[in-house]
Parts: sequence; C-alpha cells; structure tokens
Amino acid sequence: MSAHADIHAHDDHGHHHKETFVTKYIFSQDHKMIAKQYLITGTIMGVIGIIMSLMFRMQIAWPEEPNVLFEALLGKWAPDGVMDADIYLALVTIHGTIMVFFVLTAGLSGTFSNLLIPLQIGARDMASGFLNMVSYWLFFLSSVIMVISLFVEAGPAAAGWTIYPPLSALPMAQGGSGMGMTLWLVSMAIFIASSLLGSLNYIVTVLNLRTKGMSMTRLPLTIWAFFITAVIGVISFPVLLSAALLLIMDRSFGTSFFLSDIFIQGEVLHYQGGSPVLFEHLFWFLGHPEVYIIILPAMGLVSEIMASNSRKPIFGYRAMIASILAIAFLSTIVWGHHMFVSGMNPFLGSVFTFTTLLIAIPSAVKAFNWITTLWKGNLQLNPAMLFSIGFVSTFITGGLTGIILGDSALDINVHDTYFVVAHFHLVMGISALYGMFAGIYHWYPKMFGRMLNKNLGYIHFWVTAVCAYGVFFPMHFIGMAGLPRRYYTNSNFPLFDDLANVNVIITIFALVGGAFQLVYLYNFFASIFFGKKAPQNPWKSTTLEWTTPVEHMHGNWPGEIPHVYRWAYDYSNPQHEEDFVPQNVPLKDGEEELHH
Amino acid sequence: MTALLTITILVFISIAIWQMVKIFDLAQPKNDNPGVATDKDNTINGYLMMGFLAFIYIITIVCIVLWGDLPLLSNSASEHGSTIDNLMIISLVLIFFVQTITQFLLHYFAFKYKGEKGKKALFFADNNKLEFIWTIIPVIVLAGLIIYGLNAWINITSVDESDDPMVVELYAQQFNWKARYAGADNTLGLSNVRLIDIDKANILGLDEADPNAQDDIITTELHLPVGKPVLFKMRSQDVLHSAYMPHFRAQMNCVPGMITQFGFTPTVTTKEMRERPDMIEKIQNINDIRVENSKVLIAKGEDALERYEFDYLLLCNKICGKSHYNMQMKIIVETEEEYNAWIKQQKVFKNSLIN
Repeated sequence: MSAHADIHAHDDHGHHHKETFVTKYIFSQDHKMIAKQYLITGTIMGVIGIIMSLMFRMQIAWPEEPNVLFEALLGKWAPDGVMDADIYLALVTIHGTIMVFFVLTAGLSGTFSNLLIPLQIGARDMASGFLNMVSYWLFFLSSVIMVISLFVEAGPAAAGWTIYPPLSALPMAQGGSGMGMTLWLVSMAIFIASSLLGSLNYIVTVLNLRTKGMSMTRLPLTIWAFFITAVIGVISFPVLLSAALLLIMDRSFGTSFFLSDIFIQGEVLHYQGGSPVLFEHLFWFLGHPEVYIIILPAMGLVSEIMASNSRKPIFGYRAMIASILAIAFLSTIVWGHHMFVSGMNPFLGSVFTFTTLLIAIPSAVKAFNWITTLWKGNLQLNPAMLFSIGFVSTFITGGLTGIILGDSALDINVHDTYFVVAHFHLVMGISALYGMFAGIYHWYPKMFGRMLNKNLGYIHFWVTAVCAYGVFFPMHFIGMAGLPRRYYTNSNFPLFDDLANVNVIITIFALVGGAFQLVYLYNFFASIFFGKKAPQNPWKSTTLEWTTPVEHMHGNWPGEIPHVYRWAYDYSNPQHEEDFVPQNVPLKDGEEELHH
Repeated sequence: MTALLTITILVFISIAIWQMVKIFDLAQPKNDNPGVATDKDNTINGYLMMGFLAFIYIITIVCIVLWGDLPLLSNSASEHGSTIDNLMIISLVLIFFVQTITQFLLHYFAFKYKGEKGKKALFFADNNKLEFIWTIIPVIVLAGLIIYGLNAWINITSVDESDDPMVVELYAQQFNWKARYAGADNTLGLSNVRLIDIDKANILGLDEADPNAQDDIITTELHLPVGKPVLFKMRSQDVLHSAYMPHFRAQMNCVPGMITQFGFTPTVTTKEMRERPDMIEKIQNINDIRVENSKVLIAKGEDALERYEFDYLLLCNKICGKSHYNMQMKIIVETEEEYNAWIKQQKVFKNSLIN
C-alpha cells in the first residue's frame, strides 16, 4: 500500500535487521513486543493492586484485629499487626489508581491496541514505532514512581483515587498529602503523556495504514473500539493533566485555583477565591470518559471473541459501531453525575441526569446484540468465550444499577456508599478484567506462539465468576442500608452492627477469588516456556492476525501484506462449506458480499 | 521475625498451590490440544452455565431475604423521603425484572447452543426490526424514569421560601460537626473562617459585629422540631466533607470557601421511630449481636459493649482524612415543645464569647 510499507517489506524480507538483546526485548520498537511489555507491567501492577484490596478487605471484615500479613507487608504502618487508619485510606487510594489507570487503561488498552491494531488492519507496525516505544517507557517510568511513592516517610497518597482538594492539597490535612501526593501527581502526569502518545499513534495508524480493501466498515469491532477509545483519550486526558498541573501549583507555588478560606490546625491559610468544585469538574471531565476508555476496548475484544467462538457473525455490526460512537459522544457530557451532591447548581444536576440515563440506550443495544450473537450459534466454550459471556453477565448486572445512580434524586441517598462501590466494580472493574482475561486467553497463541492450558483456564474462570458475584452482589445491599465507603472500621456505628457479617462473607469470597488468580499466573508464565506450540489459526478466526506466522517477525508478514476482500465476520457464511472465511480470501465467482 | 515467618509461610503456600496446579496440569491427557475446547468441554461448560444462572438467582434471593427489608430502605423520616423510596422501589423492581430475563437468555443460550463437531451456526447478521425494538423499549422506559426522577429532584432541591423554613448551619471540620441555629431572627450571622478566634471561643468564625450573629446558637447535637421545614446551610473550614443523613434521604457536600444547602421536613420523631415494630426488631437484632461480641471482649478482659439505642445520625460521607470513619453527630427529632425547651437552655453566641 503506502511507500512506508513497501520499504519495510524490502527490509524485512531478507532478515537484514541485526537485533541485540536490548533492541529486541528492552528498547523494542516492534508493536508485538511493546504489547507484551505493557501486559507484563500491567500484570505486575495488577498483583500489587489486588493484594492491597485483599488487605483492606480483611481490615473491614475483622477491624483492628492483629494480622500477621499486615505486620509483614505494612511494617511501621501496622504496629503489632493492627492496620493504621492512614494506611487504610492509602491502600484504598492506590488500589483505585493502580487498577483504573495502570491495569485497566495501560494494561488492557495498551496491550491489545498495540498487539491488534497493526495485525488486524494489515500494517507492518504502528505509524511511529519510536513514539510507541517512548509511550511504553513513560508508562514504565510512571509505574515505578507510583510504586516508589508507597515507601515515602509520611505515607503514600491517601485522599482517594479522585484526589479531591483541599484534602489532597494540604500536607497538614493528611500525612499522605505530602511527598506521597507529589509523587502521585508526577506519576500521573507522566502516565498521561504516555497515554497521549499511545492514543495519537493508534489513531494515525488506524486512519492511514489499513491494507488494501480494509475499508472502515470491514474493520473488526476490536479496531473500532480501540480507535474510538484513543479519540476519547485524546479529548479527555489533557484535562486531567491540566487539573494535575493546577493542583501542583496550588500545592507548591501558593496559587489558589482550588482552595479558598481554609482554617486548619489553628491557622488561617492565605488561599482565597478558588473552588474545590472546579477541580471536581476537571477531574470528572476525564474521570467519566475514563471508564469508557476502560470498557470500550473490553467490549471490542468480547465482540470479536464472541463472534469467533459462536461461529456466527456478530449480530448488528453497524449497530455495534453506532452504539460505540453514541457511547463515546455521550461519555463526554455526563461527568456531572458524579457531582449531584457536590454543591453545584441543581439545574445542572437535571441536565446530567438526562444525558446519563441516555447512555443506557446504546448500552442496552450492545447487550442485546451480544445475546443474539449466541442465539443458534455453535458455541465453542473456550476459556476466552467463558470470560466473554461472563463479561456480558457482569456488565448487565452492574450496568442496571446505573439507572439508580444516574438518577439525581436517588443518588442523594446512595452517593458514596457501598452501593456505588458494587456498581462500578461490576460494570467496569470486573467486566473490563473479564474482557482483558478473554483477550489474553484468545490472543495468547499470537503473543507467545504457545497455547494456554484450557483446563486451568476453566478453573480460573468459574472460581473467579462465583467469587466476583459473591463479593459485589451483597455489597449493593449494605450500600442501600446507608453504609458509607472508605470507612476504616464501622465499629463506631452500632447502627451498622447487623451488617458486619455481610462484610465477613464478602471478604472470604475476595480472598478465595484472589488466591485463585495464582492459577492464572501459573498458567500464564509457565505456558510461555512449556505451553504446547500453537497452530497458526487455533480458533479458526477470520481476521488478519491469524495469517501471520506463529514465530514473530519484524514487519509481521514475510511477503506482501494480504489484501482484504470481505468483512471480518464471515462465520458460517451459507455460500461456503467451511464455517469461516478469512478476510483475505477473495470472493468466489458469483459470491455476494454479505452484510457489508 | 514474625514478618519473615509470615512471608516464608506465604511463599510455601504459593509453592504448594503452584505444585498442585502443575500435577493437575501433567495429569491431563497428552493427545488432545490443550488449548481448544472439545465437544466434551462444551457440554460440561454448557451445564455449568446453567448452574451459574442458578447461582445468580440464588444469591439474589438470599440477599433480598437476609438484607432486603432494610429499615433504611423502607422507613424514611422526611417528607420528600417517600418520593425517593417509591422511585427507588420502582427502579429496583425494573432492574430485577430485566436482570432475571437477560441473565436467563444469556446463560440459557450458552447452554442450548453449546458447540458440536460438524454443526454449522445460523448466519444471522442483522435485523433492523429487532434492533429497533431494543432501542425503542429502553427509550420509553427511561423516558418514564427520567420524568419521574427529574420531577422528584426539582421538588427536593428547590427551596420554598413561603414555607418559612428554619435555617440551621451545619459546620464541618476534621473530624466533627457543629450545628448553628439562627436564633429568634431566623437569620444566620455573617461568618468567615478568617474571623475564627480560638482565644475568644469564636470557633466558627462569626462576625462579632453583625447584629444577626448575636442570637445564633452553636451546638454539638442537632435537634429538629418534627413537621417543620428546615433549610441547612453547609460550611466546612478545612477539607471537603459531606453531610449525610440517610434516614432523611438527605446529603450535601460541605465545601470550604462556599455555602451549600439542602432542605427537608422531618416527619417522624426519634421516639416514634424507636417504637416502630420493624425498628424494635432491628435494634433487638443489633443488641443480640452486641451481646455476643461482648462475650468475646469480656473473655479478653475488656469492657462489654454498651446497649444500643436507636438515634438518627449525621455521618461524614466524603473522605476527609484519618478519622473520617468516626465523624458523626446525633440528630434528635422531637416535638415543638421539647425543641423549644431544649433550645432555651443553649447559650447564645454573644454570651458564649470569652472577653
């Protein structure tokens, strides 16, 4: 296609590149290697984030009881093994930050956008391999800084992952708002730079480097999802960057963007005229699109995996694209539903209620389309397929409670309770994690050239699925009973004593579910070395990535890039004997291109 | 030392799990491709899908039976509370209805159409009629919810001055609450945290020269006369807090540098609430739990837990620092006479200053 691609074709054909260990595994510019780097960094961050959640869950279930695990892992923050209240808030904060940004944004979108965009659109690599490499290393740097922030003297950031000022701005308000918060902000600023470089690269690549015949309406839904995700990221991440920079100015240079009239620890501070509500607006202008930045790639992966494993086209391909576009558009005008009780004008609350509830419509269309995709299929229940079905299940369960939280009148009473925690963990935490697992089980052969063990995958899925519901379903009920989130212990409220046993049940499910992730980790790392060699197209899929050789090579295809003649979902096409027709197979004589 | 021991034990447990997994792994038959589902896998997982559907239904029923009739869900103690509760119940019924059906379809299809070798799926890629149906149904249902919800929201948030609400300030600081009554003139005196003078006991930063401030009354308990509309003005002196009064279905953030507001009319006195049968049952249950917990404490040589009696509460519901989890104030709703008797005993601002 383009000159760029041709040059590469010449280069790579004879394997003239000399690769050293450093250029191949560390400062690689190859999108497949960068994808793996994202995945492994994300996995390590995920392990840290999940261990943190298990620790604070144990504190909630058995408040202020000595725990050897706390003593071992928290050191001075757990004198005699009893968790300190400050570190509890820090664990909650860093768990949220790590899972939202480092695992489900970089780990999910970073991994699969990098792996699949060039492979599925038929490109030799990303538009800029160098920027792609820089993007990963900025992400790595921000991860390192975030982990380092756990070890500062006064404790890591502890103002919640939303870091609302003044709490996050004033070191005298909370130990974690000192050096810990500075590192948090620096880490996030670098993270945003990384995310923007990545997103720009994805957008340019999808628009310019599609192979011959790959029109936008022949793209797999994965690519549509990654593409729109990147667009949302480019629109909204800079706003968070500006919020972070203004907060840094308030903290370190005496400005008053978010602060005004503060009396703390016996003295009046000089700040005058700023507003914390402004920060909330800036934060949620990213914060809400962010949940779609997380969930859209998962939706794309699930759509692709469901079609392939159902041996059926995805139902309503165009409606799926339309709903992605609708969700992306609406996602930028709903942020105020996090702020119904923030003190902003109630009229604004009405507007945001209206736009928020509208999002239920494209979401419902997607859910029904997935269910219809299963109807009269020939379902291959591979682990990736199970996680995809699990995704739809938790997305529905979690999404439905959104109509309560999005309704300003109802939000008054469940705002910031465990009801919210249950809602967002199901609809975007667990769902996106399932999407990520589905993607890993499905594309592992493409990434590592070996198969994951499916039986371990089955165990992993079923235990995780039961535990996820066991953790988050009862949580709705303690939330509706009025139990606020982010309480170190509820023992000062005898009113909630009858909910203590619910918290114990939740924690037990969490511990079991957490422990069984070891099965997955074993499967993942052991299979890199000992897994069975993968065939070229193990799932009999139609998309282009399965036409590349199993052994990775720079430039992806040994010869010319294949041309594309049909859409991505020719499964069980009645005009063919085989139940799948790859995109690069030309139409037969007299064959009609269906639904394109 | 304990730390080392714990880490060692954890490492051993991990190794044990790792090894068990490995044995399980090696025990698998060698000949089949370990990555791809066979017909047998499809059958087993198809049945497990139905099992999982049953699990979702069971956990739903168990949760509703055990924790579904929460007094907080049914017993609102404010005038607008019943509107919210009705809307909440309508939404929940709708959610459970949609949840039951969609989860059934999803898992049943996964079971019914589990793959078999040689079978071919139906090529069914598009149907505009179906797409139209499941676009238009949510549109209609949501339109209803939006209209009901917005109506409720506007009623709750608009302050009707003709009701002549009693004005009360809720003042938040790390980590406690204060209430300020406006006194006989029902007008709060001017205030700013810059005017705080701890030495003179002007702890809320009232303008000492403002005539409206002279009869203000600052208290650490919130007393409200039943049936009288009250308009809360919220202030915070340091970080964000949120005044959450779940029994009254009321919540509003307290923001440093600005004054926020929320109004409601309490309808049930504390005494009446304590005498409601479902509240008696709940409190009895809580006290039974406390007696059980006390046994453990006494065995450890600690004091037993006090018997709990119901009170309305104001909780902080916005993360505000170390003791966020214990930032609360008692609310007492009482008859007009009781309220008047109580407020008479409180010191007015001008008399509370130390000169």
